[in-house]
Amino acid sequence: MSEQIHTGEMTAGQAHAAAHGEAEHSHAGAHAGGHMVGYGTYFMVWLGLVALTAVTVTIAGIQLGSLTLLTAMLIASVKTALVGYHFMHIKYDNKIIKVFILVCLVIFLTFWILTFSDLSFR
Amino acid sequence: MTEHSEVLNQPEAEVQEHTHAEGHVHRDDEGSKMAMWLFLFTELLLFGGLFLLYGAYRFEYADGFKVAAAEMNSFIGAVNTIILLTSSLSVALSIAAMQRSHKKLALGMLWFTILCGIAFLINKYFEWSHEIHNGVYPGGPALENMSNGEILYFGLYYVMTGLHGLHVIIGLIFIGFIMVFIARDKITSTNFQKLENAGLYWHLVDVIWIFLFPLFYLLH
Amino acid sequence: MANGTLAKDVSYLEYEGKHKGLAGWLLSVDHKRIGLMYLMGIMIFFFVAMTLGVLMRLEMLSPGETIMKPATYNSVFTLHGVIMVFLFIIPAIPAVFGNFMLPIQIGAKDVAFPRLNLFSWYLYMIGAILAIVSLFTGGGAADTGWTFYVPYSIRSAQNVSMTTLAAFVLGFSSIVTGLNFVVTIHRLRAPGMTWFRMPLFVWGLYATSWIQVLATPVIGITLALIMLERFMGIGVFDPALGGDPILYQHLFWIYSHPAVYIMILPAMGVVSEILPTFARKDIFGYKQIAISSLGIALIGYLVWGHHMFVSGMSDTSRIVFSLLTFLVAIPTGVKIFNWVATLYKGSIKFSAPLYYVLGFIFIFSIGGLTGLVLGALATDIHVTDTYFVVAHFHYVMFGGMGIMFFATMHYWFPKLFGKMYNEKIAIIACTVIIVGFNVLYFPFFIMGYMGMPRRYYDYLPQFQGWHILSTIGSWILVSGIVFMFGNLLYALLKGPKAPMNPWGGTTLEWKVPSPPPLENFDEIPVVTGGPYVHDKQTYIMHPGKEGIKANGGTKTVNQEAAL
Repeated sequence: MSEQIHTGEMTAGQAHAAAHGEAEHSHAGAHAGGHMVGYGTYFMVWLGLVALTAVTVTIAGIQLGSLTLLTAMLIASVKTALVGYHFMHIKYDNKIIKVFILVCLVIFLTFWILTFSDLSFR
Repeated sequence: MTEHSEVLNQPEAEVQEHTHAEGHVHRDDEGSKMAMWLFLFTELLLFGGLFLLYGAYRFEYADGFKVAAAEMNSFIGAVNTIILLTSSLSVALSIAAMQRSHKKLALGMLWFTILCGIAFLINKYFEWSHEIHNGVYPGGPALENMSNGEILYFGLYYVMTGLHGLHVIIGLIFIGFIMVFIARDKITSTNFQKLENAGLYWHLVDVIWIFLFPLFYLLH
Repeated sequence: MANGTLAKDVSYLEYEGKHKGLAGWLLSVDHKRIGLMYLMGIMIFFFVAMTLGVLMRLEMLSPGETIMKPATYNSVFTLHGVIMVFLFIIPAIPAVFGNFMLPIQIGAKDVAFPRLNLFSWYLYMIGAILAIVSLFTGGGAADTGWTFYVPYSIRSAQNVSMTTLAAFVLGFSSIVTGLNFVVTIHRLRAPGMTWFRMPLFVWGLYATSWIQVLATPVIGITLALIMLERFMGIGVFDPALGGDPILYQHLFWIYSHPAVYIMILPAMGVVSEILPTFARKDIFGYKQIAISSLGIALIGYLVWGHHMFVSGMSDTSRIVFSLLTFLVAIPTGVKIFNWVATLYKGSIKFSAPLYYVLGFIFIFSIGGLTGLVLGALATDIHVTDTYFVVAHFHYVMFGGMGIMFFATMHYWFPKLFGKMYNEKIAIIACTVIIVGFNVLYFPFFIMGYMGMPRRYYDYLPQFQGWHILSTIGSWILVSGIVFMFGNLLYALLKGPKAPMNPWGGTTLEWKVPSPPPLENFDEIPVVTGGPYVHDKQTYIMHPGKEGIKANGGTKTVNQEAAL
């Protein structure tokens, strides 16, 4: 278990050091998030986000009943995933940060489920 | 568990510089990023409590929430969404520019971000003053005649967008400091975790708005 | 590194850097000095809250008004709770001993963010001062109980706003400390200090820190909403505006139940430090204890509803929460059994810290088992809001965390100050405390079961015998505590010098001088084995001189910087 946790952190770290390449920085490894992402990629992500905003506004105009809330939240989640994965660089982060984020989201989800175990059965 | 593998299992990315005897100040970008993420979790859960309240009251007062949401100007909301998304893009671009040592471009992108943030706040100001003018505020004449669901909706609306606006302001100040650091070459193409952290914070502010927008402006 | 040689030779207590005298403390970012500053603050507030507790017991000596009016009694129990919970129980072990010992135990020179650490102390002091000021300003001290339940906390004319603001600031301080510890444990472990070679106190702190980061913000926003409702009349919880007071209780306990584990996990960590030291034996079931800390932290998030069984929550929810509550017994049981098994066939040395720990195991088990009575739906309804609940949480909070705080003081006192105390007196004081504790709180169980409600300044005559017994217990307990601190204070001034390792401990803090030098280690040690191995050396304290037996590339950046 210890090795699992630890090597988990390390493999990601080593992958980083490898991906860095010596030529990129004078002291490679000083910055763990030093991945070069093209300007174009960011523009594409932004376009996607704007498009999804347009979709969510359009769908809100149509009466879908109980599905309205669901689709709106689904689209917002996709947008969040885009921002997180690309703009916040989760894509390039060490495994441990991804685990952290997962733990945080699971705990948050737990708050919802248990609170609604009260509200929806009252 | 062999002996040597343990010894070697240390984070390779630690550059330590002792600045003064008491402080043990060393640079650890990965640790700095980890701390920023942990801080973002606290922000997420701070808003999380409010989102939970929104969810609960929407569940209890579905009709009142729909009536109240119909009064919102979804056009301003959509404009503000685009503004914040664009500002997120410019922060991300400024990091990319910094990595390529394009200091001027990086600073320019951050200036653009600040302008977007201010534009967002100005829109918010007009929106709020319009509603307050109509008497829709806690204890206001219009709100007093509304149903409980609508009162709760507007209570949460003011608290959540207000708290979000506060975070926009904090984010702007954060970015302002970062710009000073860049101008003084404290942030460089090999040492830009502070910029990255400011970016993370700004993106979180954006993400929260991504959820606030449909919840308050669209779902009627 | 001219300063480095100086810092190596003098202890952190004597070191004089840029600032001298008081400023050398108030502006210090050294984790050890910050730990001691926390200790000062925490001791003061402990005595304030203890005094409030003694006053409450005096009031209960006879039925009717004894020494205070009912409104005063309401304020006194509120502030006793707020100060004890937010200013003593939550920060005591992590902020004092966590700050002091965590970096040393993992072989680091300081925490990851020393300046943030100092900032956190200032936040603590600001919160504390706000709490004390709220006693004397506005419409009088808050009278809502430490839970600030709505709608009363919105309507109360007393100074509730400032007390909630104090709790809000203290919560922020707690978050900052937790964040700092998580990063420290992830990033600053010495070479070879793998996760399962960390001392169990560090595991306890790690689990605690996660709760601090992931639960405290929820109470932050909840208390902020109370302030907004009071100042601006925004409708959120107020039932007159359609709000749902039960939702407030949900949000309050989403934090405050995990907070119970913020209180107890570091204390359990210290138990796992003290037992192997005095049993002269490796801890039994190291991994199980380490994992059970995380288990308790995780389950702690799932059980908050058991505080609300009679609030009007749905039946489904009550059954779910009751079931989940019983799960807590599993990791707690794992710990207790492993501790007892550690003593089995050990060569036990009965020193003062061990007496406190044995007292803890006894008292905490009573507290834990009576928790099952409260976790079961049917029995809970009978004893809700009676002295039974008060007894239960004093057995787990005071008997658990409080007694362990005393144990921790006695265990690490020689390391903190480089002085030894009189062990005989410490053991006598411990006995008095444990006797006084049980005389004070055990009658609460009986009274509670008979129906004595909590938070009342008055009672029916049939309870008087038990109340008198309990008040006498409070006198015994307080005299034991005063006796104990007197002994430590005398040792601080006049005690003989403590050796480096007075107890024969095996973890890293016992490998550095008492008190430790400013930078803890002159070289970052290399770890080659588990934390509680008694028969062989598991730390290389000077890897630069001794060399490391490993193939190639042994020197990490860390060590080079340290040289």
